[in-house]
Amino acid sequence: MKIQLQNLTKKFRSHNKNAPGEVIAVNDFTFEIPDGQLIGLLGPSGCGKSTTLNMICGLEKPTSGRIFFGDRDVTDLPPEFRGVGMVFQNYALYPHLTVAKNILFPLENLKGKDKLSKEEMARRVKEAAALVQIEELMDRKPGELSGGQQQRVAIARALVKMPHVLLLDEPLSNLDARLRLQTREEIRKIQRATGITTVFVTHDQEEAMSISDRIVVMREGVLQQIGKPQEVYDDPANQFVARFLGTPPINLFSARAQGGRIWVGEEAVLPAPGLPDQPVVLGVRPEGLLPAEDGALTCALSGVEVMGRDISVVASHPACQGPTLRAIIAADTPVRPETGSVRFAVKPGKAFVFRAETGDRIRSAT
Amino acid sequence: MKQRANAWLYLLPALLFLVFFMVYPLVDVFVYSLEEGYNFASQTYFGVGGYNYAYVLHDPYFLQALKNTFLLVIITVPLSTGLALLISLGLSSIRALRNLFQTIYFLPYVTNTLAVGLVFMILFQKTEYTDGLVNLLIHWFGGTGVDFIDGPYWAKMFVLCFYTVWVVLPFKILILTSALASVNPDYYKAARVDGTSKPRTFLRITLPMISPMLFYLIITGFIGAFKAYSDAVALFGTDLNAAGMNTIVGYVYDMLYGDSGGFPSYASAAAILLFAIVLTITCINLLASKKHVHH
Repeated sequence: MKIQLQNLTKKFRSHNKNAPGEVIAVNDFTFEIPDGQLIGLLGPSGCGKSTTLNMICGLEKPTSGRIFFGDRDVTDLPPEFRGVGMVFQNYALYPHLTVAKNILFPLENLKGKDKLSKEEMARRVKEAAALVQIEELMDRKPGELSGGQQQRVAIARALVKMPHVLLLDEPLSNLDARLRLQTREEIRKIQRATGITTVFVTHDQEEAMSISDRIVVMREGVLQQIGKPQEVYDDPANQFVARFLGTPPINLFSARAQGGRIWVGEEAVLPAPGLPDQPVVLGVRPEGLLPAEDGALTCALSGVEVMGRDISVVASHPACQGPTLRAIIAADTPVRPETGSVRFAVKPGKAFVFRAETGDRIRSAT
Repeated sequence: MKQRANAWLYLLPALLFLVFFMVYPLVDVFVYSLEEGYNFASQTYFGVGGYNYAYVLHDPYFLQALKNTFLLVIITVPLSTGLALLISLGLSSIRALRNLFQTIYFLPYVTNTLAVGLVFMILFQKTEYTDGLVNLLIHWFGGTGVDFIDGPYWAKMFVLCFYTVWVVLPFKILILTSALASVNPDYYKAARVDGTSKPRTFLRITLPMISPMLFYLIITGFIGAFKAYSDAVALFGTDLNAAGMNTIVGYVYDMLYGDSGGFPSYASAAAILLFAIVLTITCINLLASKKHVHH
């Protein structure tokens, strides 16, 4: 089911006594989630992503704006009439009920014409359990399950009502690193198999990029950018998005535009035809720095980290905004650590220019 | 090995304390209860056997105390726990004035039992000068007054139960409000997403979640009510046998020090009987909890 958010805004009353007033958690959100897609709401903590999820779910009422599921305005409907399933960050499995009873719980709530027969309920529970492969755990209590298993149960419980929309709040944050990789594949697979429009919230950009059809990047309640993960990575709307996506993170340099070129220190590293003279920030992805004898950017070399497939060149530069900068290059590229310095050529498609004051992208330059 | 020795060493003070002040007296009481015709002054007795128990079990005062205690337990434990649960639910669902109400409900806990007893006497007792506040209210509504302190048995029982419930409520409310507050709100959110009705949320989620605390209150409530004594004294004075409102602990006390005092063997037998009753009830409670309490 297509989800549409129109000018969605949520304000909370501030609990801070020193700064009374309102906190705008979500500010004038408008975007559309196409039917059957997996969407990652991405942003640092406190950016309003969970609030957005809760509003889609119906647990929170928006201060203004509308929410549509398909053509139906659901803004004023309570969660149970929206047809949503939700997986909570801590899974919120009822600890005193077995796995089977946890999954059954939502079905037992159905009343009136939706009421199901006992056999139908049992069939649906079995189906949901089979979907997430937990059939052999049905008689256990949540406390006897691993984190990954608990999450499967939570997903099964969310899916058993056959919702139109599945919502996941930080679904992977309680899992260890290895399980996280496996589980995100799992979520993707389940989403594909059911075709349910799914929205999940995460602060982990890698997680969001790896499985989402689209990512929505948020910051302090304001929508920054929406798009396919690769597109957003390759074409960030501003400095925040550029910095938030990618590991290792993008290298940022205090630079200036002068005479149609971008200067870092005394070195002209990129052509920027037609760009008015001004201070700028130059962002270069780690894979956009190529060691070259005649490279434009001279950096002090701190070390080389071998990662097998690639190597990571760690260096520093006075204009770099971080303490170190990193270049990821193929393992067979010759680098000579003993020289103490390294020269990089900057790959144009991997470098972005931002306004120094606002962080907005200057597109014409690259 | 050394670690073990150390562990025992650390435990020693507490163990000694327990043995001297708990185990030894308990054993001693048991021994007393079997010594027939024990005389405090001469420290002599005639023989050993179950006579003391037989005497106590045939003593009408003891039977009255037994009846009073059981009534008190059966009425006040469920009533006070249920009331406390209702009030706690109310308290946890309001925001405004919550602290004020919490303070009001907690007041009886910090008030002296005997002082409260006095207040209750003023509320309920009929004297030459006044009928008591409660009777005035009853008259006002067109009923006939009754002397709650020196009147019929049911009226006295009513006051005792009323008083007991009132005294034990604050602690239970305190425990239950904190138990309710400790339930993770995500469970309620999950229930809301699934469209769970309020009663069902309470029965299927809240109640099981707070069941360990609830169970704790029921067990301690039973034990506390079985040991009731000062409440009755506060309301009906020290001659509880005459008032017909004695409790088992009151009976034990009377046998030791009361007007008819000086019978440590009977007192011991009654104390052991009380111990057996409390033990049995607690065991039954524990068994029942295995089925209904979710840890």
